[in-house]
Amino acid sequence: MKKVEAIIRPERLDKVSAALLEGGYNAMTVTEVKGRGAQKGIALQFRGKEIVVDMIPKVKIEIVIGDGSVDDIVGIIRANARTGRNGDGKIFVYDIEKCLGVRSD
Amino acid sequence: MEINEIMINSSFILICTAMVMLMTPAVGIFYGGLVRKKNLISMLMLSFISLALVTVQWTFFGYSLAFGPDIAGFIGGLDYIFLNGVGMQGDPIPDMLFMVFQLVFAAVTLAIITSAVAERVRVSAFILFGLLWTTLIYDPLAHWMWGGGWASQLGALDFAGGIVVHIGAGFGALALALAVGSRFGYGDHNMEPHNIPLTLLGGALLWFGWFGFNAGSALAVNEVAINAFIVTNISAACGALSWMAASWINGKPSSMGMISGAIAGLGAITPAAGFVGPAAAICIGTIAGLICYGAMLLRLKKNWDESLDAWAIHGVGGLWGTLALGIFAVPVIGGVAGVLSGNFNLILVQIIAAAAAVIYAFAGTYALAKIIDKFIGLRVSEDEEYVGLDISQHGEKIS
Repeated sequence: MKKVEAIIRPERLDKVSAALLEGGYNAMTVTEVKGRGAQKGIALQFRGKEIVVDMIPKVKIEIVIGDGSVDDIVGIIRANARTGRNGDGKIFVYDIEKCLGVRSD
Repeated sequence: MEINEIMINSSFILICTAMVMLMTPAVGIFYGGLVRKKNLISMLMLSFISLALVTVQWTFFGYSLAFGPDIAGFIGGLDYIFLNGVGMQGDPIPDMLFMVFQLVFAAVTLAIITSAVAERVRVSAFILFGLLWTTLIYDPLAHWMWGGGWASQLGALDFAGGIVVHIGAGFGALALALAVGSRFGYGDHNMEPHNIPLTLLGGALLWFGWFGFNAGSALAVNEVAINAFIVTNISAACGALSWMAASWINGKPSSMGMISGAIAGLGAITPAAGFVGPAAAICIGTIAGLICYGAMLLRLKKNWDESLDAWAIHGVGGLWGTLALGIFAVPVIGGVAGVLSGNFNLILVQIIAAAAAVIYAFAGTYALAKIIDKFIGLRVSEDEEYVGLDISQHGEKIS
């Protein structure tokens, strides 16, 4: 059992979420986050004065799924969240020790 | 000081002026709720800039261009530059009070047009655009209708600004939106309103201010003012209900639809408020809600990013009200007769004046926007748009 954690552009969430649903993956947790990556924020130029927007808003999607579905999910997220520019995000895959439902086992 | 009729009128118009002043930031609050969170300060700021900028422009030369001695029916002369010769004489209110009452109308008109450049305009370019737009588009329109220009000589009527304010700002906004182009990611990214209660608050303040806008346009405490107050409220209510009903058919009755309908009803009754009665106001408001809703659907279908619907609500609503005045006017209220009272001349001059205003506002704004865009650029860069105008234009954020 794995957890796929993807940090993506907020404006791509609708697209990714719809594509995941279409692929049969309905369970997910979404958090609004802020962060910084290789891009080191966005630097805006104002005639000599530079403003750096350090922490850029992103959303984090977490999905826990059987091992066999990881590649499929990663493929769906990459296909729908990608713009080809800096700041498209990151995907992490973790091992999950146990998964228990609150209501039922 | 002697208490006479002029002073009684003045006390009323002073209050109305302050109420209309409140509408300019109210437009910013209304629009601010409709944009994404990263552009809220920018939207509020554009409205406050409109108020400050037009105040200065109007004092220096704007009032003179609109209300100075007529030149060829098109524009006023510069006789009143720096408010020279504008004094405390005048009937039914002193000229100086009329000047400031008109000032707040000019300010709110510029604020309405910011819909078209929401979330993408450079603030420096907007200041230049606003100054030139008020000078080259608003002032002539005000002169045509109210300053003794060709349209008023022809007999066209605009009680409180259906042509001057709402057609001017609405059709100007459509031209400006087409000239400046869509927001980055329009049609792809989620651009849902970020704060609906804020928009409703702005709508409430607009509804309140509109009583000053329309009743005050009688320029006196009299029956016309009372009638205008009543029909304004009726039309707003009917617009709110009809837009809500129309959008209910397509889904849920959203508060956004309801408040948009109220503004549509208010915009539509504006030119007619001094000339029509309550029954006509029900028709005007109800139809305004329906056709403005239709205009918004058309805009969405055409993919025009006139982002916050100044065109659909103010432009189309003001146009409908201007024509409705030619239909529903009754002599007993405002002294003029419309089609239903057997007069077919008024509707003709209303059509001529409205068509001229639509063409002038649209073409003039489009040309002005293109010229400014060529010289200094109207838009921010894509990166600046992405992080939002609050940070990129003002160095501030809401939290």
